[in-house]
Amino acid sequence: MLSLFKFKGGVKPQTNKAQSVSEPIAMAPLPSRLFVPLHQSIGGTPQPLVEAGQRVLKGQRIGAADGWISAAVHAPTSGTVRAVAEHVAAHPSGLTSLSVEIEPDGRDEWCERTPIDHGALAPEAVRERLREAGVVGLGGAVFPTHGKLTASKTVPMEELVINGAECEPFITCDDLLMRERAEEVIRGVGVFRDLLQPKRVLIGIEDNKPEAVAALQAAVAKLGENFAVVAVPTLYPAGGAKQLIRVLTGKEVPSTKRSTDLGVQCFNVATAYTAWRAVAHGEPVVSRIVTLTGNVERPRNWEALLGTPLSEFVALGAPKPDTDGYLMGGPMMGFAMPAMDAPLVKATNCIIASSPALFPAKAPEMPCIRCGECAKVCPHELQPFELYWFARAKNFGKTQEYHIFDCIECGCCSFVCPSRIPLVQYFRFAKSEIWAREKEKNAADQAKARFEWKTERDEREKAEKAEKLAKAAAAQAAKKAAEAAAAAAAAAAAAAAAPGDAGAETPAAPVDAEAAKKAAIAAAIERARAQREAAAPKNTEQLTPAQQREIAAVDALRQQAGIEPPPAAPEEPKP
Amino acid sequence: MLTAIAIMALGAVVLGAALGYASIKFRVEGDPLVEKIEAILPQTQCGQCGYPGCRPYAEAINKGEADINLCPPGGMEGVQRLAELLGREAKPLEAEEKPKAVAFIDEQTCIGCTLCIQACPVDAIVGAAKQMHTIIDDLCTGCELCVPPCPVECITMEPIGENLDNWKWKYPVIELKKVA
Repeated sequence: MLSLFKFKGGVKPQTNKAQSVSEPIAMAPLPSRLFVPLHQSIGGTPQPLVEAGQRVLKGQRIGAADGWISAAVHAPTSGTVRAVAEHVAAHPSGLTSLSVEIEPDGRDEWCERTPIDHGALAPEAVRERLREAGVVGLGGAVFPTHGKLTASKTVPMEELVINGAECEPFITCDDLLMRERAEEVIRGVGVFRDLLQPKRVLIGIEDNKPEAVAALQAAVAKLGENFAVVAVPTLYPAGGAKQLIRVLTGKEVPSTKRSTDLGVQCFNVATAYTAWRAVAHGEPVVSRIVTLTGNVERPRNWEALLGTPLSEFVALGAPKPDTDGYLMGGPMMGFAMPAMDAPLVKATNCIIASSPALFPAKAPEMPCIRCGECAKVCPHELQPFELYWFARAKNFGKTQEYHIFDCIECGCCSFVCPSRIPLVQYFRFAKSEIWAREKEKNAADQAKARFEWKTERDEREKAEKAEKLAKAAAAQAAKKAAEAAAAAAAAAAAAAAAPGDAGAETPAAPVDAEAAKKAAIAAAIERARAQREAAAPKNTEQLTPAQQREIAAVDALRQQAGIEPPPAAPEEPKP
Repeated sequence: MLTAIAIMALGAVVLGAALGYASIKFRVEGDPLVEKIEAILPQTQCGQCGYPGCRPYAEAINKGEADINLCPPGGMEGVQRLAELLGREAKPLEAEEKPKAVAFIDEQTCIGCTLCIQACPVDAIVGAAKQMHTIIDDLCTGCELCVPPCPVECITMEPIGENLDNWKWKYPVIELKKVA
């Protein structure tokens, strides 16, 4: 039996999970419209590949991954693209993001799916497949999964941790997934294991989910894997990646390092499931399991298409009349959905209908009494009350000294605060201010560098010009001096010559000079033409037939207009 | 008596040598205060302060020739930070504070005169003679220096609105409930 470790702090809020686990996962019916945001994961925003009016099939790529850390986006069902436009995002700000609006045709027709045999392929090809299938971390952070599947070259991979803890109250989507689709989860874990080659694979599940533990253990036994399925004590936030790693392996990830530096990598169970679907069935991520619970008549888990508008999704659970809003995520870390037409996205694990009875309005914030409760429960051993003072005073340098960026915003401190201070809100505020300032600073540094470079260039150009002018002036002066000298010499020579001969010779000289000048001009024209012909345009080597036709058409036009002589006809030698 | 004088003299020579060495070894290049002032300035290089760039303005502030409230892009926050650094009184900004903006060239109207390219202090405009120009908006500092030279008035300043990339969590406020 594996001996478990503990992390500091943590709280035990009421779990509220029983409501939504009594019924199995159901397929949500097709909504009337889908709004699929292109930016659903960390990293580059995918480029739209479709346009309004185009017909798409289920699983067809509608957004191409932009950069390595980015994941593709796919059409959740077959239908017609109505628009590629800004639509309200599932984000606390209520701002819009570029989304593809699809009107389903009801046929739910798949595009061609090509399963791959991940064992026979190079690891790069498997990672590429996951990127193309839009597989991202479904635990909530939505980091592209393929980006985490490259083993470090320097640190040997010790443990692969699979996160099925699901510690947030109300949420049961991973629980139901593990109960009902355990085998596919385990197969997905197998894909990760093959790519990372860890020494051990540990699957951590909170001990309030005995059915899920049993299901996964049975699946592991059936598939003959040696994964350890471990029930961990129920304590929020045991499902935080660093916390679960601590509990299962005893390793504490230092603030400046990542878990891979210690030879540990962590994935969510739902991510493993989607990875398996992508590899073995060629299915991209077009839907996810979402818990619909809270103040609704029929709480349960639904497999809903990404892009389903919130209004159509919550109708499935029949919200009670006193519902006054919807939270995305859990009550500890979630946020209020900004609008009823905001879509479900890859990060949406749970929708909670809230009501004044379920989440009573907090009494007003009181002054901090420095009781230290927040420091006791902080799983990262920070001092939230100190951070609070500095964030409140907008003393951002100090907040960084107190390691504000180690805060995972789990909400334990706000949960226990007897003065009901919204501590996490202060920390979020401070973090985003610091990020904004850093961005501004970088932009200013860049602008400064570019300005200095331009000034230097301008000065150099000026100096070069002045030098050139000076040279030209000197040359002119020298020429004038030489001419004057020559004229003087000629005059002297003429004076020396016999006066009788002068009349016969002088008219001949100007004629000669004129002829020489003409000859020089003709030679220069000839040279220029030869040069023009010798220099082939560089960008005309690999033209498509269409481009060649276009160029020929333009040339013909130019000839008609008389701008250019016909290229084939040899020019007549100029007189 | 003589020994005492000798010891004092020796001490003076040793300390003098040490100080002389230190003044060469740890010589400060330039004025560090100017650097600090410049770090606060937003580097838009717009010249709205009346100096040709942020560096000259920083030097003028350092010499006491210029006031600290002449930089509109830096805003009131910039004035406050300068006041803090220099121990001067923070004054209200001379000009109006504008929202951040980037220049935008209407490519239908642009005649390709290159005047704006020459005016841009940070090389954020690309184009060539008789080819239309465009702004690289990531590099544009919003200095507006390209606006006046344009002979066809095709450059406008587009304010940068709030979007998902630059959205910030707001400072928590206590909602005041109306008491009957």
